[in-house]
Amino acid sequence: MSSEAIPAADGGPATTNRRPLWRRRKEAYNYLALLPFVAFALFPLYIIMITSVKSDQEISNLSNSPFWAMGLTGDHYAYLAEKTAFFESWLVNTIIVCVVSTAISVTIGILAAYALARLRFRGVETFGIAVFITYLVPQPLLFIPLIDVINFVDDIVPIRDTYWSLILTYPTFLTPFVIWLLLGYFKTIPVEVEECAYLDGCSRLGALFRVVLPMAMPGIICAILFSFTLSWNEFLYSLVFIQAQDAKTVGVGVFTELIRGDVYYWGSLMAACFAGTVPIVVLYAFFMDYYVSGLTSGAIK
Amino acid sequence: MAEILMTDLWKIYGETPAVRGINLHIDDGKFIALVGPSGCGKTTTLRMIAGLEDITGGEIAIDNKVINDVPPRDRDIAMVFQNYALYPHMSVYQNMAFGLKLRKTGRAEIDRRVEVAADILNIGELLQRRPRQLSGGQRQRVAMGRAIVRNPRVFLFDEPLSNLDAKLRVQMRTEIKKIHQRLRTTVVYVTHDQIEAMTLADTIVVMNHGVIEQVGTPDDMYNAPVTRFVASFIGSPAMNFVACRLERAADGLEIRVGDDLALSVPREREGRYAPHAGRDLELGIRPEHITNRRHHSHDGFQDFEAGIKVVEPMGMDTMVFFDIAGTEVCARCEPKSVGNVDAAMGFTFDKSHMHLIDPDTEKVV
Repeated sequence: MSSEAIPAADGGPATTNRRPLWRRRKEAYNYLALLPFVAFALFPLYIIMITSVKSDQEISNLSNSPFWAMGLTGDHYAYLAEKTAFFESWLVNTIIVCVVSTAISVTIGILAAYALARLRFRGVETFGIAVFITYLVPQPLLFIPLIDVINFVDDIVPIRDTYWSLILTYPTFLTPFVIWLLLGYFKTIPVEVEECAYLDGCSRLGALFRVVLPMAMPGIICAILFSFTLSWNEFLYSLVFIQAQDAKTVGVGVFTELIRGDVYYWGSLMAACFAGTVPIVVLYAFFMDYYVSGLTSGAIK
Repeated sequence: MAEILMTDLWKIYGETPAVRGINLHIDDGKFIALVGPSGCGKTTTLRMIAGLEDITGGEIAIDNKVINDVPPRDRDIAMVFQNYALYPHMSVYQNMAFGLKLRKTGRAEIDRRVEVAADILNIGELLQRRPRQLSGGQRQRVAMGRAIVRNPRVFLFDEPLSNLDAKLRVQMRTEIKKIHQRLRTTVVYVTHDQIEAMTLADTIVVMNHGVIEQVGTPDDMYNAPVTRFVASFIGSPAMNFVACRLERAADGLEIRVGDDLALSVPREREGRYAPHAGRDLELGIRPEHITNRRHHSHDGFQDFEAGIKVVEPMGMDTMVFFDIAGTEVCARCEPKSVGNVDAAMGFTFDKSHMHLIDPDTEKVV
């Protein structure tokens, strides 16, 4: 962003990359101080990755160190691909559920949050609080009535035991979250910019799409990322609502198919965990550039 | 180009009235300044003209068409906001072209108009920049450019210069005046800065507590205020006010200020003041109309003496503070003539510029 800034004037001071030693040393200390936290945060991921490429013999041999692998094998990934529905169903189901429920929730959330932030109607405060309260209802309480809802809808269109039941129910916890997140964001957007759009010839909806949404992009990206992650990590609803093997999501599939009784298939479990993490990491990496704050700077004053 | 007519215009927020039944006619092509202290209803009035605020009562008509229920986008009005309100995600060019694009103006016409506006405002080389890469003054220009390209019927300015530093403010003030002289579009300009209002406007409207105190030319405002509020609001430094009593004297009327000072009323004002003889009134006089003693012959002037309390040199003039009947009064004197603090000094009072105010009605008599 700053690369398109004002070009340096001719004859300006020559800049040099050589910074004083004390400054470089200070920078090195900063990184040094960060190291323990990074190691702590990435350690579980490391164990998952390293275990997923060990052979079963090596995993079960307790005399081996769990921290590194003696030999590498792709057996567990092959097992996931050949013997389970991991890649062809679970992963695909999860992606579909996450994308669709995120799209629904963010769309509803944008419209609702905008209305709550900008429109002045009777009961707007109460409505905002009500949204927040629905967010506080614990999931384990909500899934019981939701079964009733699914059964009711199933009488009209068959959704029971398919990922459509998840797409229907995930917005119940995603939407309040998105509204709550975007409500705060919309309130930070200067109302004058929007009013200026009205005078320039926009309708309210036109101003929302042409002016407010582009300015709210960091908030919306944030809402998308969090909704996607929340639905990706969702466990309870997909465990309760889905029984069919090929309709399962990653979280439940791994839990129900790769643990038999009290036998843990650590190799394939870890392979599934690692493979299930990759899409989220890719998503974050892709959106991180857009997830910049300060997009509204320059609008006022 | 448009004339604006406001008839018995009201705005009430909940229980609180912000604008109380104002009537105002703005001629086509005129530059009107709405001035007043914060909360006087000037910005609310402007926002009602723009359509950003619902009208509680009364009407606004532009070119004889009532626009109470016309949405802002169909009013053909452009507004410059106090905080500029630029679209941060668009370049300067896009900011200026936005309104034209929405009105389905052709590409070539947009380019031409943006170029003309950029030329007027000297922002030609900034067209590809984003608002955040601009300085405050440049943003201000872009905000004005965005209004100019639209070629609207009315320009509304909501304290457009109040975020600029003093030097830039004076510079932009001149620019705004030039632009108005060139375009001749009706302008309604809201400000709390009376100097801006005086220098820019053809007509000044002073508002206070949601009502119009006075409408008139800058000259009227300065020389013939009709209320105490206008008298105190216009002019810098502010007008002096001293309690006084109007008495009948042997040869006409006399204004007594405490025990020390008696001012004979000039002949031409006797008729106007006579009905108030024998009453306690308030005397208003601007600092520039009390000067160091000069030798005047005609009867509009009166000399008196007072002890200097505070001296404030301002370069061209020196402000001298002294007491009359226990009230602090400020005089504008030639620097060379001013003595030391506590010394007595002779002043001349220009009676042709004094005002007598009825304390019951707060009106100038």
